[in-house]
Amino acid sequence: MERERKFLQGNDAVALGAIYAGCKFFAGYPITPSTEVAERLAAWLPAYGGRFIQMEDEISAMAAVIGASLAGVKSLTATSGPGMSLKLENLGYGYMAEVPCVILNVMRGGPSTGTPTGPSQADIMQARWGTHGDHPCIALTPSTVYEQFSQTVRAFNLAEKYRMPVIILSDEIIGHMREAIEIPAKGELEVIDRMMPACSAEEYKPYDNSQLVSPLAPFGAGYRYHVTGLNHDEYGFPTNSSKLIGLQEERLLLKIEENYDDIVQTEHFHCDDAEYIIFAFGSSARASKDAVLNLRKKGIKAGLLKPLTIWPFPDKDIVKYADKVKGILVPELSLGQTVREVSRAAGGKCKVEHIYRVDSEPISPAQIEKAVEAM
Amino acid sequence: MAYNYEEYIRKGRLPHIWCPGCGYGIIMKSMIRAIAEMGWSKDETVIASGIGCASRLPGYLDFNTLHTTHGRSLAFATGIKLANPALKIVALGGDGDMSAIGGNHFIHACRRNIDITVIIFNNNIYGMTGGQYSPTTPLGAKAATAPFGMIEPDFDLCKLAIAAGATFVGRSTSYHALPMEKLFKEAFSHKGLSVVEIIAGCPTGFGRKNNQKTPASMLLWQKEHAVTQKMAEKMTAEEMEGKFITGILHQDTSKKEYVENYDTVTGFKAEGA
Amino acid sequence: MAKSEIKINKERCKGCEICVVLCPAQVLDMQDFKVHVADIEKCTACMQCELRCPDFAIEVTRL
Repeated sequence: MERERKFLQGNDAVALGAIYAGCKFFAGYPITPSTEVAERLAAWLPAYGGRFIQMEDEISAMAAVIGASLAGVKSLTATSGPGMSLKLENLGYGYMAEVPCVILNVMRGGPSTGTPTGPSQADIMQARWGTHGDHPCIALTPSTVYEQFSQTVRAFNLAEKYRMPVIILSDEIIGHMREAIEIPAKGELEVIDRMMPACSAEEYKPYDNSQLVSPLAPFGAGYRYHVTGLNHDEYGFPTNSSKLIGLQEERLLLKIEENYDDIVQTEHFHCDDAEYIIFAFGSSARASKDAVLNLRKKGIKAGLLKPLTIWPFPDKDIVKYADKVKGILVPELSLGQTVREVSRAAGGKCKVEHIYRVDSEPISPAQIEKAVEAM
Repeated sequence: MAYNYEEYIRKGRLPHIWCPGCGYGIIMKSMIRAIAEMGWSKDETVIASGIGCASRLPGYLDFNTLHTTHGRSLAFATGIKLANPALKIVALGGDGDMSAIGGNHFIHACRRNIDITVIIFNNNIYGMTGGQYSPTTPLGAKAATAPFGMIEPDFDLCKLAIAAGATFVGRSTSYHALPMEKLFKEAFSHKGLSVVEIIAGCPTGFGRKNNQKTPASMLLWQKEHAVTQKMAEKMTAEEMEGKFITGILHQDTSKKEYVENYDTVTGFKAEGA
Repeated sequence: MAKSEIKINKERCKGCEICVVLCPAQVLDMQDFKVHVADIEKCTACMQCELRCPDFAIEVTRL
């Protein structure tokens, strides 16, 4: 398969990325601004040996995705804020039972029904802490149509590799905008499949605490085991042993901590000599890129630090610049979620400032330039 | 000859968590015998459940087993079936699990006619949390959250399933161990969504508050109040008062099974095909 | 001569008495809150106790 040039909507690119990654199941529920992903996969999946279902609600869509993955099939669901709120219940189950799957949240305004057709970046903390209990989290933030494709492939890879749900946090602008992109040829991007057990059925431990990630046998393959949302032992059976509960809880977070460098991806645009860093993702990163170029024309040394992974938070990159720059500006479509994390990571070593829009309109390059000039 | 249940029970998992006299163990035995009779292999069988007393059942059985979130077993099971239609899937839960918090998934699974067998363990109460009223608690019955008696009308789960489009609907009780086994086999053999409601007693959460003081008296209550379709046809409305019909209540083999129909309509191409 | 052998798994028996009440031949009674075979001679091996034991604690073998 050769590279193919296509003019695509951001949501279409997620659907194509999913197929590239080997996704064979989609369950969803219609919701603006993510519905196109469901529409494309309803049409495309059967030809690739995959199945699609529109479930009765967002809760069941998330459940079906986890069920399909346990049967050995890479699975995706797509939604937006109100739907994401409903998915949180079974998202927690996915973390606890360690089931790989991908959840796309095309962020729109909130709280509640908010503004379905306007962009937002205010689900950052929901992605991290939405479901109850301590839990791991991987969330990716594409900002171009190509990244909608490539980060979807990466989301599947991380889900399969670390046996957990992975969230893609896109936004209404990135989901609905159209750009020409080159679809990578087969084999050009790495595609990772989950580890299968090499041992006998008798020896198989689906939740072995002596390693961070255990192989995952699909239902029906001869490795009969139990899956539960309760704290469980290494065979999957519910346990009240405080030792096992503690080990399991810590292991779930260690999967992320120990693999930070593999999971965190950032893009550095004119950062090397920058006096001001703009930390922005998604649609805000697009405006920020323009702002950097405009500011440089005016002689102000600005750079863009764009996270492609927002969770785990790219602390290391912020630390790297914090004591070199005069300030970090965080433009976001939120009253202040990402900026809190940037401030925490910067640890007082530089000024951290925040600009925002929450009126369903994007931030403009001019707004960013003005803010940097005033720093 | 004593029946060899141990073949299907995971080593070291018994005794189960259910209270003394809980009918769920009797249902589990009937399920085991029915699955064995069907000749389903352990590897191809999946038992999924939600949350509650009944939903602890899968953990005891040596199949591919899945204990999901409250009310969601059918939604998980739907995903499993679509991912691998060759698997034999039973989704089970209690009355609260399947008809309150999981009611939406239940009616839509019935409507889709996907090839899964649903078993509802109906003990008219939320047992695990200590006896609160459920959608099937009878009018006037006492519950931990209905200290003055239940004021909400109850669901007839079988009628609900039939109205929602299930193509096989049957009912039995935990007293009727052998007829229940037969009904399970009939449900397992049915292509499409089959629903089996089992009336069971909760001596701890329901019986003690409602004049059914012992587990045995709860079983005998079931025996006295269950009538077969044939018996019911000869009974007057007055005689039927308070009774319920057991056996197959509804079967329709004309409706297409969901996954088969999906594959035909969409031109689904299995990998490599 | 007894028609059957009844094996009781005392570890599993929770003492619910279902088998004692439902046995049509009064073969079983309770001892220390667990089921106990009182009179094996009366047993007809009808299997009702085994079928309805919720705790997998009774095994009846026809001799």
